[in-house]
Amino acid sequence: MIRDFEYFAPTTLNEALTLLDKYRDDCKVIAGGQSLLILMRQGLVTPRYLIDIKGIKELNYLQFDAEEGLKIGALTTHRAIERSPLMRDGYRVLAEMERKLASVQTRNWGTIGGNLCHGDPAGDPAPVLIILKGTLKLSSLRGTRTLPVEDFTLDYFETALEPGELLTEIRVPPPTPRTGAAYTKFNIIENDMGMVGVGVSITLSPGDVCQDVRIALGGSAPTPLRAREAEEVLRGKEVTEELLKKAGEAAAEEAEPISDIQASAEYRREVIRVLVPRVGREALRRAQQR
Amino acid sequence: MKKQLKLTVNGQSYELYVKPKALLVEVLRNELGLTGTKRGCNSGSCGSCTVILNGMAVKSCSILALQANGAEILTVEGLAEGEQLHPLQRAFLDYGAFQCGFCTPGMLMSAKALLDENPSPSEEEIREAIQGNVCRCTGYNSIVRAIMAVAKGQYKEER
Repeated sequence: MIRDFEYFAPTTLNEALTLLDKYRDDCKVIAGGQSLLILMRQGLVTPRYLIDIKGIKELNYLQFDAEEGLKIGALTTHRAIERSPLMRDGYRVLAEMERKLASVQTRNWGTIGGNLCHGDPAGDPAPVLIILKGTLKLSSLRGTRTLPVEDFTLDYFETALEPGELLTEIRVPPPTPRTGAAYTKFNIIENDMGMVGVGVSITLSPGDVCQDVRIALGGSAPTPLRAREAEEVLRGKEVTEELLKKAGEAAAEEAEPISDIQASAEYRREVIRVLVPRVGREALRRAQQR
Repeated sequence: MKKQLKLTVNGQSYELYVKPKALLVEVLRNELGLTGTKRGCNSGSCGSCTVILNGMAVKSCSILALQANGAEILTVEGLAEGEQLHPLQRAFLDYGAFQCGFCTPGMLMSAKALLDENPSPSEEEIREAIQGNVCRCTGYNSIVRAIMAVAKGQYKEER
């Protein structure tokens, strides 16, 4: 049973920020709301004021330019991202991730900003945005600040958003040459929530050495996790099967998974150990093609 | 405190006052009496509450009614034209695409949204489009065959 609340539906960003500033800790922002309403139904979240931002058109856009890269308004739906012609080459992994995020209905209504702000460590967009070096624009009446996606989630369902602050834009830098990125999640039912998600991005030097690498894990820690030790296994080296296997072992080691209804912690570690080389191999193949 | 909600459902305009916490599925069923839309899992997992909102299939149990303010909604009641069933409904009958029928309204709306977007989907695309709709009588194959028949134009002459 959802507790009663007062409802506001601002239509401009400024209106929304004014309401957020006024109600601060007593309010909750709703975008698509498909995750939030579950928590409200369970009585886990009981806001006195609900600020519905879904109708703010100025936060629903997809833009690209060669200098600044991709800009995604926080209220852009998963489906719009997945179907955008901009999601090619280096951004292809974003569309691939969105297409498997959930059912069509959920992707039609859900927004990428809402997904990130929900702070679920099993969410799919965060690991992919981390390997793509994405940043987030957070706005409030006091101004804006920018945060790398990897620093945004602080703990289970907890983000770096301050009272009065709203996630307004997601930025992904322009794709770099000879870079390949891939993402896979492991689940029993296709398009369901993943029990573990793995994203890998590899940049090759002219001599085919791994010049840069990012490995990010979902469902493997209280927050989306950057597997830095696994990255170090590959950085500066020629990526071989052997090294990918070692990176998988390092990632499984540095992950801090929990046991829940989906899988035991032990099982999750095993899945990470298997998936990191598999996704790494695909990222490498893509890097070699570009 | 109740708030004003304006909706167009199956071509008819409504203006009503609802509590902010009312879900779209609750307003459709309880306020408008459109009980074709089913409330199943109530958590966005089963798809039995699927309706078409501004051309997109969505789960009406996971949307506040007020979030649909100003929207055009199509429910299963809006598929038929008078006595004339929609081609998808005819096909579901002909292919025996249901047993208990609880998932059927949601399946029909997901199928309708798919065909509106993509009039000639592959079998795989049909299966993807109904991925969010659970049938516990395990009738998926008949459902896929029924949608395929409409996509292939088998029911074209009937409208």
